[in-house]
Amino acid sequence: MAANAGAEGRGKGEGSKVTLAEILAGVVVASLNAYVLLAGADFGGGVWDLLASGPRKREQRDLVEHAIGPVWEANHVWLIVAVVLLFTCFPPAFAQLSIRLHIPFSLALFGIVLRGSAFAFRSYGGQRDEVQRRWGRLFAIASLVTPLLLGMAVGAVASGRVGEGGSGKGEGFYAIYVAPWLDPFAFAVGVFALACFAFLAAVYLTLESADPELQNDFRRRGLGAGIAVMVTGIAALALSRGVAPSLQQGLLGSPWASPLHLLTAAAALGGLAALWLRRWRWARIAAAAEVSLILWGWALTQYPYLVPPDFAIDGSAAPTITLALVLGALVLGAVILFPSLYYLFRIFKGRDTETTGTADIA
Amino acid sequence: MSDLLAARSQMGISLAFHIIFALIGIGMPVMMVVAERRWLATGDEIYHELARRWARGTAILFAVGAVSGTVLSFELGLLWPGFMRFAGAVIGMPFSLEGFAFFMEAIFLGIYLYGWDRIPPRAHLLAGVLVAVSGALSGIFVVIVNAWMNTPTGFELVNGVMTRLDPIAAMRNPAALSQTLHMLLAAYAATGLAVAGIHAFLLLKDPANAFHRRALAIALLVGGPAAVLQPVSGDLAARQVARYQTAKLAAMEAAFHTERGAPLVLGGWPDLDARTTRYAIRIPYGLSLLAFHDPGAEVKGLDAIPRDQWPNVAAVHWSFDLMAALGTYMALVALWAAFARWRQGKGEGASGKHKALAENRPLMWALVLATPMGFLATEAGWMATELGRQPWVIYGILRTKDAVTPMPGLVVPFVAFTLLYCFLGVIVALLLYRQIVRSPTVPEWLWRPMPAQREEGRGKGAK
Ligand code: HDD
Ligand code: HEM
Ligand code: HEM
Repeated sequence: MAANAGAEGRGKGEGSKVTLAEILAGVVVASLNAYVLLAGADFGGGVWDLLASGPRKREQRDLVEHAIGPVWEANHVWLIVAVVLLFTCFPPAFAQLSIRLHIPFSLALFGIVLRGSAFAFRSYGGQRDEVQRRWGRLFAIASLVTPLLLGMAVGAVASGRVGEGGSGKGEGFYAIYVAPWLDPFAFAVGVFALACFAFLAAVYLTLESADPELQNDFRRRGLGAGIAVMVTGIAALALSRGVAPSLQQGLLGSPWASPLHLLTAAAALGGLAALWLRRWRWARIAAAAEVSLILWGWALTQYPYLVPPDFAIDGSAAPTITLALVLGALVLGAVILFPSLYYLFRIFKGRDTETTGTADIA
Repeated sequence: MSDLLAARSQMGISLAFHIIFALIGIGMPVMMVVAERRWLATGDEIYHELARRWARGTAILFAVGAVSGTVLSFELGLLWPGFMRFAGAVIGMPFSLEGFAFFMEAIFLGIYLYGWDRIPPRAHLLAGVLVAVSGALSGIFVVIVNAWMNTPTGFELVNGVMTRLDPIAAMRNPAALSQTLHMLLAAYAATGLAVAGIHAFLLLKDPANAFHRRALAIALLVGGPAAVLQPVSGDLAARQVARYQTAKLAAMEAAFHTERGAPLVLGGWPDLDARTTRYAIRIPYGLSLLAFHDPGAEVKGLDAIPRDQWPNVAAVHWSFDLMAALGTYMALVALWAAFARWRQGKGEGASGKHKALAENRPLMWALVLATPMGFLATEAGWMATELGRQPWVIYGILRTKDAVTPMPGLVVPFVAFTLLYCFLGVIVALLLYRQIVRSPTVPEWLWRPMPAQREEGRGKGAK
C-alpha cells in the first residue's frame, strides 16, 4: 500500500503550488533543525565534559552543567515534536522508519535515557564527589553515543536503503535491519553529526562564561571542532559515492546546490573567523547558520521523498483533514510556545546571567 | 518467548515504569504551588522551605519521566508500526497537542526549578501553576488516545481501511471523559496520599515537627478529596465499560454467563474450562447495580464473546479487584482524616487543629499504610484496562498481533529495556530515600543540612 503510494507523489505536476503535506514536512524539518541547534548543543556539551582537560577541567565541567541544566528538557522536546508530527501526518513513512531502523533507534533511546537520568542524578543527587564523577562519566559517554546513532540513522535514510525499494540485494535479518545503518557512509554521517554538535556546543559555551580563560578553552575547542566538521563532512560526501547516489547527485548537481554550498562554506569560514577574532556572538550566529544549512541541504536532496526511494511526502501523507487540524494546532500552539521559550532563554541565557556560578536549584 | 509476547511485555514494562513518574509529574506541582502560595500569603518561611524541598526532591523524577516518555513515543512505532500506520492519522491529533503540553511543562519546569532567585516570587509561582496545568494536560491528551483504543470512533471502515476520518470525533470518544477524569484523580490521590504517608511516618517519630505538619496538611488537601471522589469516577468508568467494552467488563468481573440481576464477584479463581469462578465472594445483584444502576439489568458474560476473543480473565479480574480494594481503603482513610480534622477544628482554636491531627497515631499509621496504594491501584487499573482490551489493540478493529513489528528477536530489546528500568528504579529509590532521610528533624527547622540555600531568608513573602 505504502510503496505504490510513492508513485502518486512523484506524479505531482511541476510548477504546482506547495501542498499542505509539504508544509508539514517542512515543519518536521524545522523541528529537527531546532533540535539540532538546541539539544544538539546539549549533547555536544556532554562531549566536552568527556574531553575536559587542562588546569580548568573542573570549571569546564561546571560550565557545561550550568549551561545545560535549565534548558535541556525543553530542548529535548523538539525531537518529540518531530516524531509526533511524523506519525500523525505521515503514518506509513513513520512505520517504515520504525521497522527498518529499530536497532539504531532503540540504542539511541538507551543513550537518551542514560544521558538525561545521569545528568539529573549528578546535578540533584547531592552525593559525594566520586559518585558524582561516575554519573558525569555516564552522562558524557551517553552524550557521545546518542548523536552518533541518530546521525547513522539519518545516513541510512539518505542512502535510500530504508525505503521499501531500496533494501537492495539480499534478504534476511542482516540485510534488512542492520546493513542500511551499519556501513561506512552512515557511520561517517554519524561522526559528522557528532562533530557538528560538539562545534555548536563549544561556540555557545564561549558565551556562557565571563572568564576569559574559560572562553579561550572553548575557543580552541571550537576551532578544532569546526575543522572536524569540514573534514568529516567531506569524508561523508566522498563515501556517499555509490551508496547514496541521490544524495550525491542532489548535493552536487541540482540548481540550488552551488548557492547552498557557497552559503554553507561562508558560514563555516565566518564561524571560524569569528571564533579566531573572539567575536563570540557572531560565531554563534555563523555556527548555527552553518549547521542549519547542512540540515536543510540534506532535506532538499531528499525532496520530494521523506524516506527515499518510495515514501514521498504527498504519497504518504495523512488525509487533508488531519493535516489541516494539525497545522491549525501548530499555529495556535506557536503563539503560546514561542513567547514561553523566549522567556526561558531570557532568564537563563540573557546577558546578565553569564557570571553566575554553578547550577543550583534549591 | 514469542515476538508478540516480547513486544507486549516491553510496552507494558515501559508504560508501567513511565506512569509512576507521570503520576508524580501531575500531582507534585500542585502541592508545590500550594506550599509556595501559602508562603507568599503568610510569609511563613516553613512553606518556602517545603516548596523548595519538594521541588528538589522531585527534580530527578521529572527528568526520568521525560526520558521514559521519549522512549514511549518511539516505541509506539518501534513495536507497533501496524497500529501507527493504521491509526496515526485519526488519533495523532491528541498526541500533537500533547507535544505542546510537554513543551510548556518542560519550559516552566526549567524556570521553576532553576529560577527561585532569578524571577520575582509571583512570576515563580505562576511558573509552578503552568507546570501543574500542563502536566495535567499531558495526561489528559495521552489518555484520550488510550480511550480511543478502547472505544474507537471518528472514522468509517471500508475494506479494512479507515476513511472519512474525523480526528475531533475521535477525541470525543465515549471513554474519553471517564478515563481522563479517573486518571487525573488517580494522579492527585496517589501522589497526595503517598506524600501524606511519608510525612505521617516522620510525624510518628516527631509529632511536634512544624515542617512535617504543614506538609501533611497540604498533601491531604490535594490527595484527600481526589481519593474520596475516585470510587465515584470509577463507577462512571465502569458504566462506560459495561456499555462499550463488553468483553472487558465480563473479564473484570469474571462473569462467564450472561444474566439478569448479575452478582458482583469478588476475588476467587476463574476456571476457564468449567466456566465459573471458584471460591469467590458473591454479592447478589451487585454487578447489575454497579454497571447499570438497576438490579435487574442484564449483564453480558464471556459466553457472549467468541472464545478466541477473551482476554486473560484471571489477570484482568484480579487487577480490577485489587484496584477497587485499594481505592476503597484510600477513600476511607481520606474520609477519616477529614473527619478528624473537622472534629479538632471544632474542639480547639484555629492554632490547635494541626497539632491534634499529627498526634492521632492510629490515623498516622493508617496513612503510612496508604503510602504506596495509589501507585499500586494505578498499575492495577492500567493492567485491567490494557489486558482487558486484548486480543485487540483497537477494540474490535485491529488485533494486537496484526500491529506488531515484523522485526524478529524482540526478546532482546525487551530484556535490555527491562534491565535499564530496573537499574533506574533502584537508583531513583535510593536517591529519594536519601532525600527523605535528610528532612528537617526538629521544630527549629531552620537548621539545614544542605549547602544549597544561597540567600538566607530571601523574599519574606508578600507582606
Ligand atoms: C489511584 C488510583 C485508582 C483508584 C483508587 C481506582 N482506580 Fe480505577 N483506574 C485507575 C486508577 C484507580 C487507572 C490506573 O487510572 C485506570 C486505568 C485506565 C484509566 O483510565 O484509569 C483505571 C481504570 C478503571 C476502569 C476501566 C476504565 C476503562 O478501561 O475504560 C474502571 C471500570 C475503574 N477503574 C473502576 C474503579 C473503581 C470502581 C474504583 C473504586 C474504588 C477505582 N477504579 C479506584
Ligand atoms: C494512556 C496512554 C496509553 C496508550 C496510548 C497505550 C498504548 C498501548 C499500546 C499501543 C499497546 C500495544 C498493543 C496492545 O497490547 O494492545 C499497549 C499495551 C499495553 N499497555 Fe498501554 N497504553 C497507555 C497506557 C498504559 C499504562 C499507563 C499502562 C500501565 C501501567 C499500560 C500497560 C500496558 C500493558 C501491560 C500492555 C500490554 C498488554 C498486552 O498486550 O497484553 N498502558 N498500550
Ligand atoms: C503511550 C503512551 C505515552 C507516551 C507516548 C508518552 C510520552 C511522553 C513523553 C515523550 C514525555 C516527555 C515529555 C518531556 O520531555 O517533558 C512524557 C512525559 C509525561 N507523560 Fe507520558 N506518555 C505516555 C503515557 C502517559 C500516561 C498514561 C500519562 C498519564 C496520565 C502520561 C503523563 C505524562 C506526564 C504528566 C509527563 C510529564 C512527566 C514528568 O515530567 O515527569 N503519559 N510522556
